[in-house]
Amino acid sequence: MLMMKDISKIYRTDAVETHALRSFSLKVDDGEFVSVTGPSGSGKTTFLNIAGLLEELTGGTYELDGRDISSLNDKERSRVRNEKIGFIFQSFNLIPELNIFDNVDVPLRYRRFKADDRRRRIMDCLDQVGLASRIKHYPGQLSGGQQQRVAIARALAGEPRFLLADEPTGNLDTNMADSVLELLGEINAAGTTIIMVTHELTLADRARRNIFVRDGEIHDGPPELHFAAAANA
Amino acid sequence: MLRYYLKLGVLSIRANPALSALMVAAIAIGIGACMTIVTVRHVMTDNPVAHKNDRLFHVQLDNWNPNDPYEEPDEPPEQVTYLDSTALLQAGRAFRQVISFKSDRVVQPEGDEIRPFQEEVRATSADFFAMFDVPFRYGSGWDAEADRGEERVTVLSSPMNDRLFGGEDSTGRMLRMNDELFRVVGVLDDWNPVPTFFDLNNNPFDGPEQIYAPFSVAVTGEWGSSGNNSCWKPPEEGGYAGYLASECIWIQMWVELQDEDEKAAYAQFLDDYVMEQKELGRFPRELNNRLSTPEEWMINREVVDDTVSVLLSLAVLFLIVCLLNTIGLLLAKVIRRSNDISLRRALGASKAELFRQYIIEAGMIGVAGGVAGIGMTWLGLRGIENVFADYDFIGNLVKMDWAMVGLAVALAIVAALCAALYPTWRACSVSPASTLRVQ
Repeated sequence: MLMMKDISKIYRTDAVETHALRSFSLKVDDGEFVSVTGPSGSGKTTFLNIAGLLEELTGGTYELDGRDISSLNDKERSRVRNEKIGFIFQSFNLIPELNIFDNVDVPLRYRRFKADDRRRRIMDCLDQVGLASRIKHYPGQLSGGQQQRVAIARALAGEPRFLLADEPTGNLDTNMADSVLELLGEINAAGTTIIMVTHELTLADRARRNIFVRDGEIHDGPPELHFAAAANA
Repeated sequence: MLRYYLKLGVLSIRANPALSALMVAAIAIGIGACMTIVTVRHVMTDNPVAHKNDRLFHVQLDNWNPNDPYEEPDEPPEQVTYLDSTALLQAGRAFRQVISFKSDRVVQPEGDEIRPFQEEVRATSADFFAMFDVPFRYGSGWDAEADRGEERVTVLSSPMNDRLFGGEDSTGRMLRMNDELFRVVGVLDDWNPVPTFFDLNNNPFDGPEQIYAPFSVAVTGEWGSSGNNSCWKPPEEGGYAGYLASECIWIQMWVELQDEDEKAAYAQFLDDYVMEQKELGRFPRELNNRLSTPEEWMINREVVDDTVSVLLSLAVLFLIVCLLNTIGLLLAKVIRRSNDISLRRALGASKAELFRQYIIEAGMIGVAGGVAGIGMTWLGLRGIENVFADYDFIGNLVKMDWAMVGLAVALAIVAALCAALYPTWRACSVSPASTLRVQ
């Protein structure tokens, strides 16, 4: 379970203070598929970064599986990130000089799994995304959709409890986007909690729960309602 | 994980060949410049008898002018008189004792193939070879009996034996010097102690003499010294006999003492000897005897010129400049790879793990820089050899041994690691969110 209470995030420069998140409270139960929508600059990605322990929060409390993460040091945060969280990025973020097998291997290396175990997990995940036959290929030899599938395999390899996806279909055409969303649905059905940031309402509708973020504050409910309200304001 | 980090290092170097090559080149040039001077200095400061350093002692007695020390502030002469050296030798109070000096002789080879040539010959006592662990290829040195009996015997260096006898076992053959025949009793194996610790006068980097003969024979034959001769007052009598009886110093004396007790006893013996001589009207200065180990003696005589130390400082500064360039190149590489770093952070790498990864990669660059640096050092030494080709001794100073090779690689690795510290710290300090967001 992911629980945030009164989270705030302030970016400070010499002259300007920007409140990216303010009084942001959210509870995500195990197995949920949550979409996060909102206008540009509303704080969606900041929320995802804090949820994924990629950024420190300024105020409030954040518990992941009942553990207060705000007091963890870098090593502990890295461990939590490695074991509990999988990331999917809009631009795939595969390492170009590593082949597909080695790309999926990256998070497992930091988990200190043995070679046999790593190989089994990598092949299982690549099989799940339909790319088991491409292990020797390099990212540059794959289509965008295939690269995103590799990224999903990499996110799944460590069997994380949470999958955080930031615009996972943003760089894909409609067909590829559909297949990726279908895959995410299957993963969620298998029990993995998914939090997906998107600006496309049609994609947000695929989630079972929608959260709308505006000016760093959270609003539950169908995104269409909030976008309409925002447009009329 | 080490193997994984090594693999990532290789991939990274392959992915950025130009940048990696520049870093290797910067380190190699810095290491080459630094190690060239370090190698020369290493040879100059080498102690060829380090293994016996605590057992060998150079002897100094202060027989000098009562109104003017030999060297300020109160340094006794670096050599001893014939009177004192032979008296101490005959007393035989040390485990081994050597007196010696060098003298120019004309070598007259048999036959017409080799023309006569002038050569510096070391006139010394029998213990010379055993005391300084001189290795023999054929035969051996002479014994004390030969010294006493003034036997015309000689020992040749290996190159001299090659020159005169074609490298054959020449023991038993005769060698003519200044119309006197000497029987070869030994041929040295490869032996080239530099600096020539046993005689630091003139140029200690010239290498040892190529011919050795008994001290007693040299004195009987009235051989003059071709080394340093100093007198604080003129000899009272003329001729060679007057020279031998004078207060002139021209003989180097060494003793081998097996432990501290022997050293203390010998020091007391020297004091007693000088006190006895004082009663005979000699040694007008206060008691000022010295027993110095080879290392102490080389420091005392300032074997390493200050110029070399200045050059070394400049070379180290040059290495630092090269490292600053390497730091800049590493920073450029880190900035180029910020996405990779952030991604690995997102996938669970801690700062410490990333630090290890990049430090190992820097270490690999360092190893490559070290290996290339050895090549640069070799070129640097050859350059010195060519520039100073007119000096015969230069070949003795530009030798790179395995210790220097190891030092070059170790220095390169340490240098690369030092250069990598700041860029790696910067890499690990990057907020992963800030980089991943802008992809």
